[in-house]
Amino acid sequence: MKKSTAARERQDRNPVPVEVAGLSKNYGSQTVLTDISLSIKPNEIFVIMGPSGSGKSVLLRQIAGLETPTAGTVRIAGLDPANPETRARFALALVFQSGALFNSLSVYENLALYPLEHRLCPKRHIRDRVMRALQILSLEAAAQKFPSELSGGMKKRVAIARALVMEPQLILYDEPTSELDPVMSATIGEIIATLKQEFQVTSIVVSHDRDLTLTIADRVAILMQGKLLTVCTPAELRETKDPAIADFLNPQIDLKNPRYKQLEVTT
Amino acid sequence: MKQLNSILEGIGSAVLLTVRSFTMLPAAPRIIRRVVEQAFIGGYTSLPIVSILSFFIGGVLALQAGISMQSIGTKELIGTLVGESLVRELGPMIVAILVAGRVGSAITAELASMRVYNEVDALVTMNIPPERFLVLPRLIAVLLFMPVLTMIGIVVGWIGGCVVCKFVSFIDLAPEQYFQSLRAYLTAEHMFDGLLKAEIFGFCVVLIACTIGLRTSGGPREIGNSVTRSVVTSLITIIVLDFVLTKILA
Repeated sequence: MKKSTAARERQDRNPVPVEVAGLSKNYGSQTVLTDISLSIKPNEIFVIMGPSGSGKSVLLRQIAGLETPTAGTVRIAGLDPANPETRARFALALVFQSGALFNSLSVYENLALYPLEHRLCPKRHIRDRVMRALQILSLEAAAQKFPSELSGGMKKRVAIARALVMEPQLILYDEPTSELDPVMSATIGEIIATLKQEFQVTSIVVSHDRDLTLTIADRVAILMQGKLLTVCTPAELRETKDPAIADFLNPQIDLKNPRYKQLEVTT
Repeated sequence: MKQLNSILEGIGSAVLLTVRSFTMLPAAPRIIRRVVEQAFIGGYTSLPIVSILSFFIGGVLALQAGISMQSIGTKELIGTLVGESLVRELGPMIVAILVAGRVGSAITAELASMRVYNEVDALVTMNIPPERFLVLPRLIAVLLFMPVLTMIGIVVGWIGGCVVCKFVSFIDLAPEQYFQSLRAYLTAEHMFDGLLKAEIFGFCVVLIACTIGLRTSGGPREIGNSVTRSVVTSLITIIVLDFVLTKILA
């Protein structure tokens, strides 16, 4: 793919490394994450995978600096992500599971908000930047629509476009393919991989989508019950001998499971 | 004990939010458009309901006063009673109660829903402080529209009282007499006291609405709970503050 103007403009802005050291998170007496340590390289697609409720999204919120860990540290290029000065220095974008688009703003306004608020460039250039992001995500026709008028897949793409306008050095994706059909999931996967190649950005993806993970990840971390089981490459993950991970990746549907006997009695 | 903790926590959050918001004042030129928008939403669109309510409050006051004062031969002073009551007490309070129910509830609902659906978190990750983007424009807007709204409410209330005095047969007070007695005792100081009260009430209502909205957590059900809490807290605050301010300004 030919490098766009945006990519050329951003060449001096390098992707950033992320270090998570001994991170634990409790909510009251409930422990959600226990002693997580990760080292994510610049320009890497790092997927955090695990079953629902394993603490993936909570870990992502700690990395984004939206919550303070109970113990341990998160560092983005050596700096605390919770500090607004870090965010001012390194553009960090988080693509939320719900999209988290501003409902009172049109798609165009959602995308233009960041450069407008930070006065990054003249309004004419902001327009070019927004339209370029919409074009990359094939969303030009939706520019004047409001989030309530969009489908789930479009909302996700708008959320990614909004992140793209920020020209981030780090993008965090929270379940980017949840609630999407397989075709749209594949499209989102392609977009994440393309953004890495084209825009040189470190990507951390939280997902329980096996196909997406094995396709786009440079490395994968498996999180279960708040603990980090392993960090490996997709190829290593396919060959795993760990029964918990293998069960998670290749679940067997057993209709003769004794659990279902109860259903027969009650119906 | 738990409730006391929660109240103190709420007051602490409101104070912090005020401080954080006003430290963003240097960015005020950047938020002018949003201030105007909020002033329009909160002030201009509240005008019809404020006018209707004030007209009838003024009318009821004149009617009640007329019944008693006519019997003791002091109906010429109805204008004074209606005028002073509206300026010093009822005008600011009625407008504040309306703003709490109409504007405060809408602010809490909007901010709480933004909180629940991660929009506030999205602002934080974009390094756009919610205090600058969401709170400060609303606080400045209420400080701008509250005195105007109150002033209009007071004047419309006076007119309501005048209409009742003129057209209710057993009162039958000429508008000239009504406004003459209204002017006789009303001073600029009274007006200042009333508008000061309105400013403080309005500021507190919006601050409470923003604080409760931004502290909302959990699911969509919490949005409704937050709105209820915001309106109830605002109403109690208005009444308590009214007592304190009346004592101080007396």
